[in-house]
Amino acid sequence: MELLFEISKPGRSAVQVPASDVPTVNLGEAIGAKYLRGDLDLPEVAQIDLVRHYTNLSRRNFGVDLGFYPLGSCTMKYNPKINENIAALPGFTDLHPLAPEAFAQGSLELMYDMQTLLSALFGMTDFTLQPAAGAHGELTGVMMIKKYFEKRGEKRRQILIPDAAHGTNPASGALCGFETVTLRSNAEGGVDLAHLESLMTEDVAALMLTNPNTLGLFERNIEKVAAIVHGRGGLLYGDGANANAYLGKTRPGDLGFDVIQLNLHKTFSTPHGGGGPGSGPVGVGKKLVDFLPVPRVVKNGAAYSLSEDFPDTIGRVRAFYGNFNVIVKACAYLRSLGAEGLRRATEMAVLNANYIQEKLKPHFDLPYDRICMHECVFSGSRRAAETGVHTTDVAKRLIDFGYHPPTIYFPLIVPEAIMIEPTETESKETLDAFCDAMITIAKEAKENPQRVKDAPLSTPVGRLDEVLAARKPDVCWKKS
Amino acid sequence: MDYCPHTPEDIAQMQAAIGIGGIEELFADIPQKFRLREIPGMPAALSEQEIWERMKAQSEKNRAPRATLTGAGAYHHFIPAVVNSIVGRAEFYTAYTPYQAEISQGILQAIYEYQTMIASLTGMEIANASMYDGASAMAEAAVLCVRMSNRSKIAVARSVHPQYRRVLQTYLWANGCTLTEIPWLPAGQIDPPALSAALDKETAAVIVQSPNFFGCIEDIGPLADAAHQQGAMLIAGFTDATSLGLLKPAGESGADFVVGEGQSFGNPLNYGGPYLGIFAAREKYLRRIPGRLAGATVDQNGRRGFVLTLQTREQHIRREKATSNICSNEALCALAAGVYLAALGKNLDKLAALNIHKTQYLKRRLLQLEGWREIFSAPVYNEFALACPDARSVNEKLHKEGIVGGYELSKDYPELDNALLFCATEMLSKEDMDRVVEILK
Repeated sequence: MELLFEISKPGRSAVQVPASDVPTVNLGEAIGAKYLRGDLDLPEVAQIDLVRHYTNLSRRNFGVDLGFYPLGSCTMKYNPKINENIAALPGFTDLHPLAPEAFAQGSLELMYDMQTLLSALFGMTDFTLQPAAGAHGELTGVMMIKKYFEKRGEKRRQILIPDAAHGTNPASGALCGFETVTLRSNAEGGVDLAHLESLMTEDVAALMLTNPNTLGLFERNIEKVAAIVHGRGGLLYGDGANANAYLGKTRPGDLGFDVIQLNLHKTFSTPHGGGGPGSGPVGVGKKLVDFLPVPRVVKNGAAYSLSEDFPDTIGRVRAFYGNFNVIVKACAYLRSLGAEGLRRATEMAVLNANYIQEKLKPHFDLPYDRICMHECVFSGSRRAAETGVHTTDVAKRLIDFGYHPPTIYFPLIVPEAIMIEPTETESKETLDAFCDAMITIAKEAKENPQRVKDAPLSTPVGRLDEVLAARKPDVCWKKS
Repeated sequence: MDYCPHTPEDIAQMQAAIGIGGIEELFADIPQKFRLREIPGMPAALSEQEIWERMKAQSEKNRAPRATLTGAGAYHHFIPAVVNSIVGRAEFYTAYTPYQAEISQGILQAIYEYQTMIASLTGMEIANASMYDGASAMAEAAVLCVRMSNRSKIAVARSVHPQYRRVLQTYLWANGCTLTEIPWLPAGQIDPPALSAALDKETAAVIVQSPNFFGCIEDIGPLADAAHQQGAMLIAGFTDATSLGLLKPAGESGADFVVGEGQSFGNPLNYGGPYLGIFAAREKYLRRIPGRLAGATVDQNGRRGFVLTLQTREQHIRREKATSNICSNEALCALAAGVYLAALGKNLDKLAALNIHKTQYLKRRLLQLEGWREIFSAPVYNEFALACPDARSVNEKLHKEGIVGGYELSKDYPELDNALLFCATEMLSKEDMDRVVEILK
């Protein structure tokens, strides 16, 4: 498809700027010629061409509304339309973040309600809604851990991270100056307790644990894990990326987690927008509550306000208060489902994952054969060895069947991993059809491997040359 | 209301297929003592109509302003209808990060086009696919300079947005670095001798904003030279992104990084978010910058296509050695910005000029009030600071009339008592501004 710059033609425009209703000034005099720019190199397109351009681009994009999107660890559930309508209410969209608090009582109340509901749901003392995404929440959580030890006058330099963890965990630790130490998984996919015992010294600030982990398995020994970490004065950090597995079934605060970050764009159904905006609230237990970012939303009698009066805070992690409009959608979701709906969503998410796991088990290798939570992870290494068809080929072939591929090559501890997270909003019929496609592809891999390796055949472009893209980077268009 | 399609029959069949007698068996790994019977404090479910009515009522507890005279990092601009029409397409907004390029060409190409327009606007060679917001983009640029230079100090103009400086402080503290603040001259621009005096061989970068928090335009060239002389880098921010339509971009004046808030480009005020962190850089830093990058390449038939590229910088490959931990960014806000910029096109300079006309008018009118005076003499874009006899009572009068007044600078700058920062965009009519003056007379 042509680029905007290629359809641009001098003299066209899509929108006009109104004439000034006040006397105009001479810009050279008002600003000074040396501060003014020369050419403004932006495309010139008519409105119809602009709309067709982006509409045609949208047709080259796959979203949950088009089909099944079992991208493991990303919780691509249906995004209810009512939440979009609520978030688009002008009362929410048109308010300036520095408007007086008297103008913002609705927004402040909503944020306060959200903090309260999340605290109840996760068993935490309080939440901040400020972080803009999950990884930003992780960073905020690790900063609070750093501040906690600073306040206690302890210098702890390490953070333990299981080998199955998301890459954001070690990156967040490193961004706070911690050394990250890898903790091994045991044969059943959980934390290797003996290894944890040996690594958990008084130089370790925290263990960052995803539970259920990235294999989709709940940490059966969570009580022992928490006891070991707390026994040496460390803190237990929870990566809430997989919270869709347990809402209403158990609470991280009860399990011993001192801090947890959420991803509202996963668990709480806010659309991911093709890569954001997300929202990454962080919940804390009593030990860390003083260190939450400011400002915090507080309630005085019937009025809500923003308070900076928390002397031990880590400070701010972004301007203003967070991705407010995303929080509106998540709040609408949470309140729509209520206690009953949240439990049912969790149950159906786990039921769906186990159903897929069971149906695909005869056809795909399952390295950890036990009841899974919200997602299941298969290995494609035997298939790759026997047929030359790799996991990436299976994923690309799924596109031809009308599906978004699962997460692949993650977690790193499963070779040729295929990580499938169906979510609760998919029907049995959808899961059956998807499993049939997977089984067909498994057969094709044996009988006609080239067909799988040539996939996808149904897309506007075939497999793209990523090596070329990295070797000769072209990230901005230039006139040739 | 939940969104699960499962009938009792479906559930029974699925349980049978898995070989379990009841749903609770799926949760057997959760130790019995930690299993919830109910969720304390969680209200009952609501139907779609009920949630709509309740949250609409909640949105109406906010007071819709008749006019907004505050900018200070978030700007009230008109959003052309095409923007929401495009970002409202579910093909875009219900997608995840484009890991599978073949079915994500739409967002990947849109990001590539966004990157191109941002680089051009900022006068830089490259731009990334977005950061969380202007403040975090600035903080990540600072951390990047620290890492690249192995130095431990950042010098920031005190006229940079107070909240941005607070974010910088947080990120730099976490990295064991220090932040030095550089004062301003009476004109409202950074004090160059004070800057030079503060720089040494431990300074990784100098950070300024232009326009700065007071609206004043900075002379970037000499500041970049001063930074470079000490081997430090220059990170240039901006306040209202529409200023880029008319003002000379920092990239043309020697900045190494240009970072700032892109909300003005097609994104609503939204009480502070989601916004859009703009991050542009010189080409030589391409392999060091944080965040996603869309890049052009070809498929096996030579057709042009787009991928997420240089992912070896990123956390999912490099883990603790990554250039940043950022994963999700603000893709849909960047899409809105792309549509906005393509829609405005070369008219962006007219829009910026209109902002200046309005600003000069409002300033002139307010200065007619008794006891009001200008604080700074440097040229401004669409914000300006005025001293007045009683800032609090000015805002109280305006609030009573449903107008969001000026930003009280004493909140962040104790020395600027009774000083208000005003902003006039194209959304303020002459009538609005005349009314403001009437109210304050």
